[in-house]
Amino acid sequence: MSDTILTVDDLSIATTAGTTVLDGISLKVCRGEVVALIGASGSGKTTLALAALGHLRPGLVPAGGSVRLDGTQMLTAPQTVLNRMRGQSAAYIAQSAAAAFNPRIRLGDQVIESALLHGSQTPDRARARAQELFRYISLPTPERIGTRFPYQVSGGQLQRFMIAMGMQEEPLLLVCDEPTSALDVTTQVEVMRLLKQVIADNQTAALFVSHDLAVVAQIATRIAVMRAGRIVEIGETQQIIEAPREDYTRELIAACQHLSLHSLTQAPSRPSAAAAAPALQVQGLNAGYGRVTDGIPQIPTLRGVDLTVGKSEIVAVIGESGSGKTTLARVVAGLHAPAAGTVALNGSPLAGLDMQRTGTERRRIQLAVQMADTALNPKHKLRRILGRVLAFFHGLKGAAAEARMRELLAMVSLPEHYLDRYPTQISGGEKQRVNLARALAAEPDILICDEITSALDTIVAGQIVALVKRLRDELGLTIIFISHDLATVASIADRVTVLRHGRVVEAGESAAVLSAPKAPYTRLLVASVPELRQGWLEDAAATRAALATELETSRRGAA
Amino acid sequence: MTSVSASKRPSPTLLISIAILSIFVLIGLVSLVALPQDPFDFITDEPFRPAAAGMWLGSDYLGRDVLSRLMDGTRITLFMALSATLLAHLIGDTLGLLAATRGGFVDTVLSRIVDVILALPKIIVGLVVVAALGSSIPVIIGIAAVVYSAGVFRIARALGNDLKEMEYIKLARSRGEGMGWILFGEMMPHVGKPLATDFAIRASFAILFMSSLSFVGLGVQPPMADWGGMARENLGGLSTNPLAAIGPAIAIALVSIALNLLVDSLDGDARH
Amino acid sequence: MANFIIWRLLATLLLLLIVSLLVFWACEILPGDVAQVALGQYATPENVRALRIEMGLNEPPVQRYLAWLAGAVQGDWGRSLVTKSSVSALLSERVANTALLAGVTTLIAVPLAIFLGVVMAMWNGRAVDRGASVVILALSATPEFLLATLLVLLFAVNLGWLPAVAYLSTGSGLGQTVRALLLPTASLVVVVTAQIARMTRAIIGNILTQPYIEMAMLKGVPDRRVVARHALRNAVGPIANVVALNTAYLVSGIVVVETIFAYPGLARLMIDSVQSRDLPVVQACAMIFCATYVLLILLADVLARVFDPRSLPQRPMDAI
Repeated sequence: MSDTILTVDDLSIATTAGTTVLDGISLKVCRGEVVALIGASGSGKTTLALAALGHLRPGLVPAGGSVRLDGTQMLTAPQTVLNRMRGQSAAYIAQSAAAAFNPRIRLGDQVIESALLHGSQTPDRARARAQELFRYISLPTPERIGTRFPYQVSGGQLQRFMIAMGMQEEPLLLVCDEPTSALDVTTQVEVMRLLKQVIADNQTAALFVSHDLAVVAQIATRIAVMRAGRIVEIGETQQIIEAPREDYTRELIAACQHLSLHSLTQAPSRPSAAAAAPALQVQGLNAGYGRVTDGIPQIPTLRGVDLTVGKSEIVAVIGESGSGKTTLARVVAGLHAPAAGTVALNGSPLAGLDMQRTGTERRRIQLAVQMADTALNPKHKLRRILGRVLAFFHGLKGAAAEARMRELLAMVSLPEHYLDRYPTQISGGEKQRVNLARALAAEPDILICDEITSALDTIVAGQIVALVKRLRDELGLTIIFISHDLATVASIADRVTVLRHGRVVEAGESAAVLSAPKAPYTRLLVASVPELRQGWLEDAAATRAALATELETSRRGAA
Repeated sequence: MTSVSASKRPSPTLLISIAILSIFVLIGLVSLVALPQDPFDFITDEPFRPAAAGMWLGSDYLGRDVLSRLMDGTRITLFMALSATLLAHLIGDTLGLLAATRGGFVDTVLSRIVDVILALPKIIVGLVVVAALGSSIPVIIGIAAVVYSAGVFRIARALGNDLKEMEYIKLARSRGEGMGWILFGEMMPHVGKPLATDFAIRASFAILFMSSLSFVGLGVQPPMADWGGMARENLGGLSTNPLAAIGPAIAIALVSIALNLLVDSLDGDARH
Repeated sequence: MANFIIWRLLATLLLLLIVSLLVFWACEILPGDVAQVALGQYATPENVRALRIEMGLNEPPVQRYLAWLAGAVQGDWGRSLVTKSSVSALLSERVANTALLAGVTTLIAVPLAIFLGVVMAMWNGRAVDRGASVVILALSATPEFLLATLLVLLFAVNLGWLPAVAYLSTGSGLGQTVRALLLPTASLVVVVTAQIARMTRAIIGNILTQPYIEMAMLKGVPDRRVVARHALRNAVGPIANVVALNTAYLVSGIVVVETIFAYPGLARLMIDSVQSRDLPVVQACAMIFCATYVLLILLADVLARVFDPRSLPQRPMDAI
């Protein structure tokens, strides 16, 4: 009995307007157990996680059931009791550490704050414990790093601070809300390993929220699949992964596997078209910000980048944050002027900025961006958004335009009546489809997709990736697909170029690069892609450690 | 801290403010055709007579009917404030959006001029210009229009700059769209509401500004009177007929408050 | 940061120069001959010509402007056309009185307003907050002369406790000064407090929606401390900016209040001088008001910039 830390009993939560957010959830978490909550956005998993701490976001009210943490009813407890329990009995690890820390208070002070408030540790003891934790989680200079402000440490380090803050008072329950989703793939491995170790060493109970099944499979003892506020299926990790009972669970697993390196073996190999006149050729590209001297900008984001894309090929450009991949997309699309180097379309060189390019050149290269929200004017109906492009590039109006718009929507699998909708009335995945439809409306030769799936859930992302492949197969489009995630591109890319700190680290046929990478950085990237098998995490950490020294020298050499 | 829920029904403050403003607009229109008494006529020998039949608010310092003068003043005050604000917006919006989209030299020059105008306290400008050109209705409207157009310029320019950064605007430009489509097709739907909100608030500033000028004797000159002027001329009668001075002051306050409430409740709805 | 401040100071000096030009030029185009107005019924052509020469009105405007500017910088504002005495002497007492009025108002209003704003932001959503918000909003939109008139009606006319006119001179003792200041200050304080409180509430309300506030709550930090330690720290900049701006806006309230209460301050001096076309005094008053206004706005800008989180340096990248 004392082993059960959290008991959720038939919990229902609704908005003040009456919409159901959680519907009859029942769940138990015992000491040392990690229960994962997995589902798409809107499934209610964050609401459930916060309810464990007795916190409901503005606009939500309890509609039945209870949440008991270490014997206390969390939804009815008075504020003073909740304040005492938060941090001490249960701790929250937020998704974005950058947003969760007060920018004007030193990190060390924020880490020990709740301990001091609860009186559970004296100031000296608290500071000592914090320092122990900093050492334990491998932060550099643990004695002094607590005096830093949030803006003085990197994103990965901030996430570790979050974990330290959560563990400061040795809580019974750790609630982790997508703690690695905002991190680069390589940093993700580190943080996950750390979490797993912390939980094991302290026998803490944990609720782990995520939309990524592969990440969760590494760390969870049991998995609860959520959909539309209900638990669809719950069971031991092994059972969920290998023998799922529900259809939805199977869909999730399929999407996960589709977007993994294994899908590589299923992709039919295409003959390399790069040998013939390339559709797009980038040579010796330098780009960045600030004044340009000798062809090198003050703040360089790209250095000597070469890229060759053959007709109807899908070329993936992979890089983590700071690699310059978005700059590359913008330079090719004409939104950012290069400092040196050339971009050639079908052999003829292009001017740097689209304002200097011809109308035809502008039409033939189209860009689809990550944040579909800002790419579509929220005050325009879809009909206007698509119609404008048709009128502008092809002079299509009236009935002809209407017919073409329906065709375009059909191509991206959206229903016709969406033409009368506004962007605010459709979902994230649907907005991306409209984004693509708009790019297609121009009838381009080359489509650049800049991280179009990064903000989407696994299932939806999988559908968009499949759509992109279909567009290439049916229309013969040449596609440059930019992503930070190898797994996303593995199923569709013909060739892969890997960027790091603005330089090309490796490039070649995707089968070769992904199954037998040569450069240490590429090997690290490949090793960091979570696989849907238990034990992967330990392997990945080992590979990472082995590559660490190689990477250090190569990084210093390149700088 | 408790949570706030969104309400779909119009808030009471919104309704009250609209009601107040409608009443005053109605009075202003009615005053064009009919008034209880002639606002310029001396209807009694006794200045500052307290309220009585036929003189619902009593008489002013010259023995004229306060209520009629108040209604007459409604038209004058509202007309002046609306004209000034309209002018300010015509000038400020056009120049502001232009400065934002054009950028470069045009933007720099306009912004510097606006900086100088905004560096001067408005009422001091009013005093000095009135000293120079005398205080007639066109002069006062002109001062208010110029002084407030600077503020409107800043707001329109800021709106334009924010919009310029939106991805869909950048994509439109990269398509090769002209200034016309970008300003009117893409940007216009977004600036309508914020500028309308500013219009209402600025109208309230204009009323306060012009009333203050009249109140210190440098606004509308007798025998015409806007509300500020009325408050000024009847201050002496506070002990006998306080309504003569307080009536117009309350009218100013009501309109100003109603405008502020209107804007606040509209902003609040937008927030949720 | 230091660069920014230096540039702004230089820009401000330039601005003040331009303002002085504008003020001088505006007074130049006053219709009606100054000398003629000053002589009144004694204005024969010879007298007018003689007075013009004596007043130096025959010299070219540029020369007169430079002479005026040079004098002003040294503290010599010329001579009043009406009283013939030194303008600086006239100014000193008036400036002190107006500064006293403004200073006392600010000292009372600012702490009160910030306190109210914080409290309202904390009680966001409850009935008390909604009611208080409407009241504060109404007060912030009320013209000072309504308040002043009502206060005079109540305290001077009906109750007779306080004077309707502010008697204040260099010899006034503390008691008399307080009695003279009470109603004028009250009229100003109410409106200014309401304005600053309204802005403060919006600022704090906005900060309370930030993710790090929710995180603090999830750590078990009690509400009061969340506001005091987490929110206020980030609100200092915007609030300081608002306070500086509203202090600058006081000038319009002061003009009205000094008129109603016949308070012997700078604004009343200016209005009287405008009506009597006493140019040197008008110029001096306008310059002082404008300079103070400009400096307060500069202070507001600098405060906003110094505390802007975007002025914090960029975060380092993750090392791989």
